[in-house]
Amino acid sequence: MLSRSAANLYWMGRYLERADFLCRLLDATVRLASLPASHGGAQPAWESAIKSAAVADSFAERNLPVDEAHVGYFLTLDADNPSSIRRCLEAARANGRSVRTALTLETWEAVNGAYHEIHRFGHTALDSAALVRLADSIKDALLMFDGAAHRTQLREATYWFLRLGTTVERADNTARLLDVKYHLLLPRAEPVGGSLDYFQWTTLLRTVSALTAYRWVYRESVKPWLVADLLIFNRAMPRSLIACMEDAVWLLDQLAASRGRRGPANRIASASLRGLSACDIETLFQGGLHEFLTAFLAENNSLGAAIAEQYLF
Amino acid sequence: MSNRAFDETFGLGPFSGGDVRAPYAEVARWLAGASGDLLETRRRQAELFFRRIGITFAVYGDPDAQERLIPFDIVPRILSGGEWGRMEEGLKQRVQALNMFLADVYGPRECIRAGIVPEELVLLNPQYCLAQVGRRPAKDVWVQIAGIDLVRTGPDAFFVLEDNARTPSGVSYMLENREVMLRLVPELIHEIARNGGGLRPVETYPETLLETLTSVAPNHCTGEPCLALLTPGIHNSAYYEHSFLADKLGVELVEGSDLFVHADILYMRTTEGPKRVDVLYRRVDDEYLDPLVFRQDSALGVAGLVNAVHSGNLTIANAMGTGIADDKAIYSYMPDIVRFFTGKDPILHNVPTWRCRETDSLSYVLENLHELVVKETDGSGGYGMLVGPHATKDERERFAARIRANPHHYIAQPTLALSTCPTLTAAGIAPRHVDLRPFVLTGAKGAQIVPGGLTRVALKEGSLVVNSSQGGGTKDTWVVDIPGESA
Repeated sequence: MLSRSAANLYWMGRYLERADFLCRLLDATVRLASLPASHGGAQPAWESAIKSAAVADSFAERNLPVDEAHVGYFLTLDADNPSSIRRCLEAARANGRSVRTALTLETWEAVNGAYHEIHRFGHTALDSAALVRLADSIKDALLMFDGAAHRTQLREATYWFLRLGTTVERADNTARLLDVKYHLLLPRAEPVGGSLDYFQWTTLLRTVSALTAYRWVYRESVKPWLVADLLIFNRAMPRSLIACMEDAVWLLDQLAASRGRRGPANRIASASLRGLSACDIETLFQGGLHEFLTAFLAENNSLGAAIAEQYLF
Repeated sequence: MSNRAFDETFGLGPFSGGDVRAPYAEVARWLAGASGDLLETRRRQAELFFRRIGITFAVYGDPDAQERLIPFDIVPRILSGGEWGRMEEGLKQRVQALNMFLADVYGPRECIRAGIVPEELVLLNPQYCLAQVGRRPAKDVWVQIAGIDLVRTGPDAFFVLEDNARTPSGVSYMLENREVMLRLVPELIHEIARNGGGLRPVETYPETLLETLTSVAPNHCTGEPCLALLTPGIHNSAYYEHSFLADKLGVELVEGSDLFVHADILYMRTTEGPKRVDVLYRRVDDEYLDPLVFRQDSALGVAGLVNAVHSGNLTIANAMGTGIADDKAIYSYMPDIVRFFTGKDPILHNVPTWRCRETDSLSYVLENLHELVVKETDGSGGYGMLVGPHATKDERERFAARIRANPHHYIAQPTLALSTCPTLTAAGIAPRHVDLRPFVLTGAKGAQIVPGGLTRVALKEGSLVVNSSQGGGTKDTWVVDIPGESA
């Protein structure tokens, strides 16, 4: 396979996963911001949204008020924000077009459909209802893409590069989201009957579509350290760090098998997975959650760089 | 030449209700029996199909229309097996002559010595590629893929309007138009096959192209050569066709950045490491191919490509420098070129052409501008031409000034009464002018032509300009065997 095609597929996976993450972040933030100020309130909610999306610096440069109208627009339709949902979908479609022959008709139509869907929302700021509608319809379009890719793509390099991009981006998003809220996740004495932080934790879980999963896994009220446990160490949770690394290792193994040899990317992913497997939430809290997440993000970055290097992107 | 256009279905008789020519018998019956609603439904279905599979082309200089569909007309254009047979023979002869002419002008130059073509017209022509002088491509095939534009003015009168020997496009439409027709009107196609004749398939084109390209692989290839298709990228107007063909051929679609030359060998960058390329079907023009030899600012090609070709490590199709053969200034000499190289009279005729570089012709052209078509010798795509009868007096006068300032740059031809073909319009079925571009593939063992081609149709009433960039559409082209017709 051409290295350029591999790069296009990998980046298509990354952009689509990022668009999906932004949709869920948006949805959860609109919900959190609607709570009374005493429960967190609008401004902190939108502030943490821009941090979770890793666009705090570029947003600050605009000198705009941190509120639903401005942050909402910035994250969705803003053509000048390279990380907006619109730009992600445009980039993904451009990647897809360059490797049109590697995609099945269904997969191509799904990415093309998501692109056309975002363009239906125009170019001006949206109110809460429209933001939620946008998030919902793009999530649907991306589910369609996942389904199409899962059902129709051959299980070969094309598919694996696509999934690899998804996985690396997903690990990055989950780790960043946790890091923005890490101070809320530290164990400490809590007043019985829940805390105002409850809504922060549920927002976090909603952003990774894991609120229901939490209940099934722990069968108890939402505890911050268990939220961290779920999103870092639970192998059954598709967006947890350990599940992402398992996927990355598996995908890189498939690629290595078809290519006949392993490389630095295989080693980095395996080491990262081994590290996660050998650790648990108590040990991790002792060493510092923030320090752990910072190190994980750096490692995930070097994994991305190693993939590019190994496959000559 | 008659002013009344020959109609493919009704000949020179009345457009409807007249005698139907044999190849169109079934189609005429089908059209007569189909309601306007049904035809409109079929047209919409065809459009949906094209949009779904994403056949689009880009129009340069029109930002809003970045991806547009070429209008497709559901009424096929039909040639009988006999008509096709004569045309096929003529096409093979013409392309053979083009190949021999190229081998000659970059080699011994006998046609110049013999006075067939003026020396300065070849050697001083911007299309004459100095990098090719004294070179011979693999198997001495220069033009592996040719698109010859033909027009018809009567039952037996076919003229070559233009030879395309560089990177002719449009073959994806030939293939996709047929796919659409097979889905839309299967009953009509069955009917034709049922009475002993039949519609000849075009789907063998990719197979034939693959065979052609493989046959001209460099000598070092003992097994299957590695083929790739070079595209300028997704912004090129024909990108869809490039990806379509790469897909059908089962070869990688590469851009310049995917390739590099090391020790005069071309490689593509793959996830398994560098892979050697033996035959490159390039859809990038000569001047962008290699910044070391041609345009230095080109990012579309590969540095060192020309050396790879000249070292015999790589075949590119078509060869470099073929533009000299389809140059409009050379065109008018084609009948003599065909006679000189093949020793036979040309089967396909040229449109009579006045070369403005010759004083007598120039004054004739300037006096008769109102009934001539004037073209730039290096123009293409229907740009930079004047259709005298359709131009205003003012337009003609401005064009005349341009011709006077630079007569070498222009040729003129009579306004041909291009044949018409029934076409679905807003006002029902009406005649529209058509041309035809069959694709001639030449490999080590000679030429092959898939029975069909790209029929372009001028959708505007009375218009003679069929270029897709100027509002033209396409039709499926059928070669139909008619029982009892002598081939």
